[in-house]
Amino acid sequence: MNILETLEELWTSSGFHSFFVDEGWKNLIMILISCILLYLGIKKKFEPLLLVGIAFGCLLVNLSYFGPESSDALYHPDLWNQFLDEESEFYHSYGHIMREGGLLDILYMGVKAGIYPSLIFLGVGAMTDFGPLIANPKSLLLGAAAQMGVFLAFFGAVCLGFTGNQAASIGIIGGADGPTAIFLTTRLAPELLGPIAISAYSYMALIPMIQPPLMKLLTTKKEREVKMEQNRNVTKTEKIIFPIIVAMFVILLLPSTASLVGCLMLGNLWRECGVTERLSDTVQNALMNIVTVFLGISVGATTAASSFLNIKTLMIIGLGLTAFAFSTVGGLLVGKLMYVLTGGKVNPLIGSAGVSAVPMAARVSQMEGQKANPSNFLLMHAMGPNVAGVIGSAIAAGFLLAVFG
Amino acid sequence: MNINFILLAAQTTDSGTKMEIGEAAITALFGYSVVFVGLDMLMLVLYITGGIFKKKEAKATAKEKAVLDGIKKEVEASPLTVTPLALPCAPGSAGHIKLHGVPDKDAAMIMAIVADKMQTPLNELRFISIKEVK
Repeated sequence: MNILETLEELWTSSGFHSFFVDEGWKNLIMILISCILLYLGIKKKFEPLLLVGIAFGCLLVNLSYFGPESSDALYHPDLWNQFLDEESEFYHSYGHIMREGGLLDILYMGVKAGIYPSLIFLGVGAMTDFGPLIANPKSLLLGAAAQMGVFLAFFGAVCLGFTGNQAASIGIIGGADGPTAIFLTTRLAPELLGPIAISAYSYMALIPMIQPPLMKLLTTKKEREVKMEQNRNVTKTEKIIFPIIVAMFVILLLPSTASLVGCLMLGNLWRECGVTERLSDTVQNALMNIVTVFLGISVGATTAASSFLNIKTLMIIGLGLTAFAFSTVGGLLVGKLMYVLTGGKVNPLIGSAGVSAVPMAARVSQMEGQKANPSNFLLMHAMGPNVAGVIGSAIAAGFLLAVFG
Repeated sequence: MNINFILLAAQTTDSGTKMEIGEAAITALFGYSVVFVGLDMLMLVLYITGGIFKKKEAKATAKEKAVLDGIKKEVEASPLTVTPLALPCAPGSAGHIKLHGVPDKDAAMIMAIVADKMQTPLNELRFISIKEVK
């Protein structure tokens, strides 16, 4: 055994050596970015349940993947390029991925097939009380208005040179709904999944910083002080019928929303029907946690330096912020319109909660309302537009999928 | 791992095709309108189902009110005469309570619930009688 040769072989096969070969330095930058994301998730508590997993997935892929010749990598972007290439013999071959892929390639199949986002929606449905929306169906208008950012960012992305599919995936960041953004992106522009997922979750965590300045800018103190009347009581039967009606109506309207809306409403039906507590409990807790583990780490894996470090990522981050801001503005403007039309009975601050991001956006409305008038309790009123935003963003995604899918 | 397969892989390509700005503007406007129309229609459906349930609730409330009015009239027609019992009152008690077909335990529970709902201490309330309505 030649010790020197063995040592040299060990060195050349190590990741440390790879940092100094070709574009290996890009991996170093990505490792730094993953550490920043870990810091934001752990220390600043930015959507930690997902961001910590995403950041660690990012770290793992950039420690192990340095190009197509990295046979021990946990995730192989090249395999997925072959998977998507119609001319490749491995086009849509999950068997090839199973045979050749690493651990994260296999976990990523759940993202690619749209399984994880749908299962997350099952849990979200089981955790959501649609009572405030049923009591005040007008909230749906605010949920619709707050999708403005989705379409403005879509338009902006086309203007910046993105393809229609990519622009649609970037726009959906404005829906402020992580699973929907992941679901749509894996179908329309999987090459952008990493930056889009990271933008979506980061901005969702930053809602308490993004929304209040816009809320103050677009509303007067008098409007923010409005105390709203208590909503009517919603009966158990109404809550049971609601998911069935919404599933039937929305899926018939836009069949492409079937997996997201179907799972959301099934989860909610399990919660409300009163005879499936065990299932409701499982999807809210155990299943949700398991899927979050797989989703976070496999989305993080898509941030290989070769595909992440480019000008497009910066553009996506900028467009994502624009999308969030304009979605907030859309909700607030319709909230103001409602304030005028109802003779001052609606507090326009609840409009900003239409951007989904349950329940963070509703909490921001509550906090801003209480700042203006300490005896103001807007939380339950804001929950209506907030859950309407979830349905609204699913419809927006369904539309984009129908057009570009 | 068969590296040859991987080396043959295609470079990352952009999904979809470029769009004209005008076409994108129309798609965006149309998409926003679809979201609005979809949710407006859903709102309409919710108002209709909500209306049905509100009607049902109003009917039930009216029925309940009619029953209560009947009892009220009945009580007014034949007021209960509280006859002091020979038993001595407990210290601090405001007097005796007349129970009509209500067990002691249920009566205690009802009084506790009423006090809780009224946010008034039980010792500041006086219950004259509790009657079971069948």
